[in-house]
Amino acid sequence: MAFRRILSRALVFVVVLGGLWAVWEGYKWLWERTGWSKPFRVDDLTLPHVHSILLQLGKPTSTGDDLWLYLLHSALFTARAAAVGFLFGAAVGFALGVVLAHFDVLRRGVMPYVVASQTIPILALAPIVVRGLGSVSIGGGPPPDWARVAVIAAYLTFFPVTVNTMRGLLSADPWALELMHSYAARGWTTLWKLRVPSALPYIFTALKIAATASVVGAIIGEQTASISNGLGGAILNFNQYYVLEPTDLWATNLFAAMLGIGFFLVVLVAEKVIVHRAPERLV
Amino acid sequence: MSASEGSVVSIAGLTKVFGNGGVTALQEIDLEIERGEFVSMIGPSGCGKSTLLRIVGDIVEPTEGDVTVNGKPARRARLDRDYGIVFQAPVLYDWRTVAKNIALPLEMGGWDRAKRAARVREMLELVELTGFEKHHPWQLSGGMQQRVSIARALSFSPALLLMDEPFGALDEMTRERLNLELLRIWAETGSTVIFVTHSISEAVFLSTRVVVMSPRPGRVASVVQVDLAQPRTAATREEPRFFELVTEVRESLHATGADEVEETLPAEGEIA
Repeated sequence: MAFRRILSRALVFVVVLGGLWAVWEGYKWLWERTGWSKPFRVDDLTLPHVHSILLQLGKPTSTGDDLWLYLLHSALFTARAAAVGFLFGAAVGFALGVVLAHFDVLRRGVMPYVVASQTIPILALAPIVVRGLGSVSIGGGPPPDWARVAVIAAYLTFFPVTVNTMRGLLSADPWALELMHSYAARGWTTLWKLRVPSALPYIFTALKIAATASVVGAIIGEQTASISNGLGGAILNFNQYYVLEPTDLWATNLFAAMLGIGFFLVVLVAEKVIVHRAPERLV
Repeated sequence: MSASEGSVVSIAGLTKVFGNGGVTALQEIDLEIERGEFVSMIGPSGCGKSTLLRIVGDIVEPTEGDVTVNGKPARRARLDRDYGIVFQAPVLYDWRTVAKNIALPLEMGGWDRAKRAARVREMLELVELTGFEKHHPWQLSGGMQQRVSIARALSFSPALLLMDEPFGALDEMTRERLNLELLRIWAETGSTVIFVTHSISEAVFLSTRVVVMSPRPGRVASVVQVDLAQPRTAATREEPRFFELVTEVRESLHATGADEVEETLPAEGEIA
């Protein structure tokens, strides 16, 4: 039964993938054939063939490695910064959510700044953070490049986690709270045995948003800090040579997307393992 | 210890006003409940019977008056975990299995794992849910969920069981079956029960005493002693004495001028 479900899901995945490929190539074929220029001209430069992007992965780059190997190394570099940033941001976000949920006065005082922190464009903030941390000395030297990038990723990660943790903790059933009160439960006990479990579905929703945001944050962090080992560097590099070889950039985008999906899937699996709730019903 | 000798609950001069000089929910309530009694509180919506239950459980603070549970102030009794509570909804934790829901108060009380497991087994037997320990709440029917909730409330053998319309959300058939089950559990455990309900027949069937309350501000209008033989069975509901007592409670309710009674008790409605 489980096997058949997996099989049918795999089939749906393949069919949707094939459909997207057909739309891509169909669009390219039609626009090229008719010469339409709305909304933009279609040729091998603006919209290369899917198979040329995939074939490009096997070709060597200026570093000597094949493109796929080069992108794999870049993706792993970015993944490390994004993962550390995600974990750090989620931890800070959770802790802040717990504190703000418990202290009404603090919530009213601090929340505007938490919101404000997200309205500052990350492009403006990232260079300051990365340079600032470059001048800090930890263990006899500045933190490594990836650690500085991780801070940017964490910055994008903590916000949804804070907001949803707060909302989730406050969503605990009032009767369940009375029940804990009747057991003479301490604040900590109520937090761990009732409020946090009640908040888990909210927190995981935030973690899914944060997972993909952390990858974007890491890429932008790399670019503003001029760190060239990750996907951010690869995107800047291939962007310069786009006119010569557009498929390099498309292939890089493919890797960035796969990294984001990978992060998302890890959170999804963790949710399945940790959260036990009534199966959701969609009317 | 003089007036409340042998009393599990002793309420004296209790008044509750909500807000600053706002609504008076309860006024001058005096009530003694002896060990092993099953006392129902009945009255129209908004008469403050749930509030009274919550004050006994130290969930709500009284404005005036004293509540003593087991000879202690209500707050001390709560901190000593002297009572179990059952709400109108089961209030089970979705993320815990049936067994772990029942074990929740035991975890709070610091019971070790082996003692907890043994106690949970006993409780499951008591509410006839053996075999469902690994189920999650959403896999059970409403009646089964409420039985889990009762097992949880009784798991740590509290001296007092507070029940706030526990069967109000269930269908009539399930309700009557759970009434019988509750009486069996009450007889087996020897606990003292305060039971809030809207249903006259349920109050008479279950109780040793029925406290009739007047509409806002809530007062004790009358107390009906229920002298039906124990143990009660399905046949009890057909005894002439049962109908006499139901009539007595109903007339007491009407005498309070509770116009809402017809509204809230359509099946029992009768113009006074």
